[in-house]
Amino acid sequence: MAETHSLQDLRQAAVASKVFVQRDYTSGTICKFQTKFPAELESRIDKQQFEETIQTLNNLYADAEKLGGRSYLEGCLACLTAYTIFLCMETHYEKVLKKIAKYIQEQNEKIYAPLGLLLTDPIERGLRVVEITIFEDRSIGSR
Amino acid sequence: MITRKVTRKWEKLPGKNTFCCDGRVMMGRQKGVFYLTLFLIVGTCSLFFAFECPYLAVHLSPAIPVFAVLLFVFVMAMLLRTSFSDPGVLPRALQEEANFIEMEIEAANGNVMAGQRPPPRIKNVQINNQIVKLKYCYTCKIFRPPRASHCSICDNCVDRFDHHCPWVGNCVGKRNYRYFYLFTLSLSLLTIYIFTFNIVHVVLREYRNIFEHVVSLTPHCTVLEVLVCFFTLWSVVGLTGFHTYLISLNQTTNEDIKGSWSGKNRVQNPYSHKNIIKNCCEVLCSPTYPSVLDRRGVMLEDLSSPTSSDASAASTHKSSNPVSQTTKSSAPLIPNEHTPDEAKPGIGAGTQKSTSSPKEEKPPSPTSPNAVAPAVIKESSH
Repeated sequence: MAETHSLQDLRQAAVASKVFVQRDYTSGTICKFQTKFPAELESRIDKQQFEETIQTLNNLYADAEKLGGRSYLEGCLACLTAYTIFLCMETHYEKVLKKIAKYIQEQNEKIYAPLGLLLTDPIERGLRVVEITIFEDRSIGSR
Repeated sequence: MITRKVTRKWEKLPGKNTFCCDGRVMMGRQKGVFYLTLFLIVGTCSLFFAFECPYLAVHLSPAIPVFAVLLFVFVMAMLLRTSFSDPGVLPRALQEEANFIEMEIEAANGNVMAGQRPPPRIKNVQINNQIVKLKYCYTCKIFRPPRASHCSICDNCVDRFDHHCPWVGNCVGKRNYRYFYLFTLSLSLLTIYIFTFNIVHVVLREYRNIFEHVVSLTPHCTVLEVLVCFFTLWSVVGLTGFHTYLISLNQTTNEDIKGSWSGKNRVQNPYSHKNIIKNCCEVLCSPTYPSVLDRRGVMLEDLSSPTSSDASAASTHKSSNPVSQTTKSSAPLIPNEHTPDEAKPGIGAGTQKSTSSPKEEKPPSPTSPNAVAPAVIKESSH
């Protein structure tokens, strides 16, 4: 019987290695991560699942950085108030970052922790990489 | 018993920045010229409000000092915002990330013969049909994102690095470029405004004196203000014009100086939308980028444990993302006992590998002359 890990169990587990998913700059300087499946995760997780997670993250970041009517309005309004409005209001980007943090926690609880993996929010690494910690798999059966 | 003292992350940040107000304010290292800027602006405006405004309010219109006050407040807000905010500093790579990148580089370069220089660490990326080279930063141990550059004065890699401005005492980068631009623009307007009304004031007084046959000496303050405004005009208005030109082309001062997109060899700016309005909108009205340096996050530091280089692994993110806590064991630590992380071979090997792997020490920043040059060019030609 395969032993599944929960997020709590991972705290006591030993770290085997870490994989870093780099940024994808082919569309410019917007925040986007490479969807290429790292070789180290081949035995741990489904390629489809991984790509879906990264793609959702990319979509969320794209929404945060989108240039459109909303961002222009926010920018102009902020300029008129000499940017003091940000002392009381949250920017759109910050709201999306909170969404992303929630999404990552959800993904960790439901999908990654049971497989002995852990996603780190890219904001903790300066939006440079998605760090995936691979824990030693103590389960007797595969996965 | 373990005594835990609350340390905030800004206290442990590498780089040569100055922090104030418990991490809320972030500035560059040298602040002398910034104080001069403050003194000149506040001093000149004070003289204007004290000596010119009473006369002009009575003889022309009370709207004149009101508008001057609004403009002055806007200038100060923009200056303080530029000087005190994070310009877009990229945090340095932690040990594991640095090792991972090193392994990738070594895999890409293959075997280097002893005595031969290893090839330069460059990654090529294609952006909008242009090949852009990403350089490796030896100080921060990362491949710099496109448009990022390392500032030698602040010793940080800054995203969309424009230049290091001594007048505001900080780098100008992605996060504070629009505040910098609005500062120069509003300062130009304020300078022109004060200059104009000084002239008007002098003319009015002399005009009235001719009729009233009263000899009055133009206050020395007016002359002083005119002098300050005259010299400021040439530099600040020129600078505003220069940055307006850069914004319309979606270029940074750094790229302009290096001639990155000068057009030779058919290289074009891949970031430009080829439309002036769109470029301006992107630079000035794009979503406000958050700071990725968590300056005010609390670090849970155990005073008795040996100081590890990976201190931030033990920290808790201020918005309490529980994911970050699980990389270190949450079991209470007994003094002098190694933390589980340090006992693990995975991370332990990582720290040992960094000392044994041959790393070529190159001079820290090829852009260091550029970091200073824009400021110098700004002073001399503008």
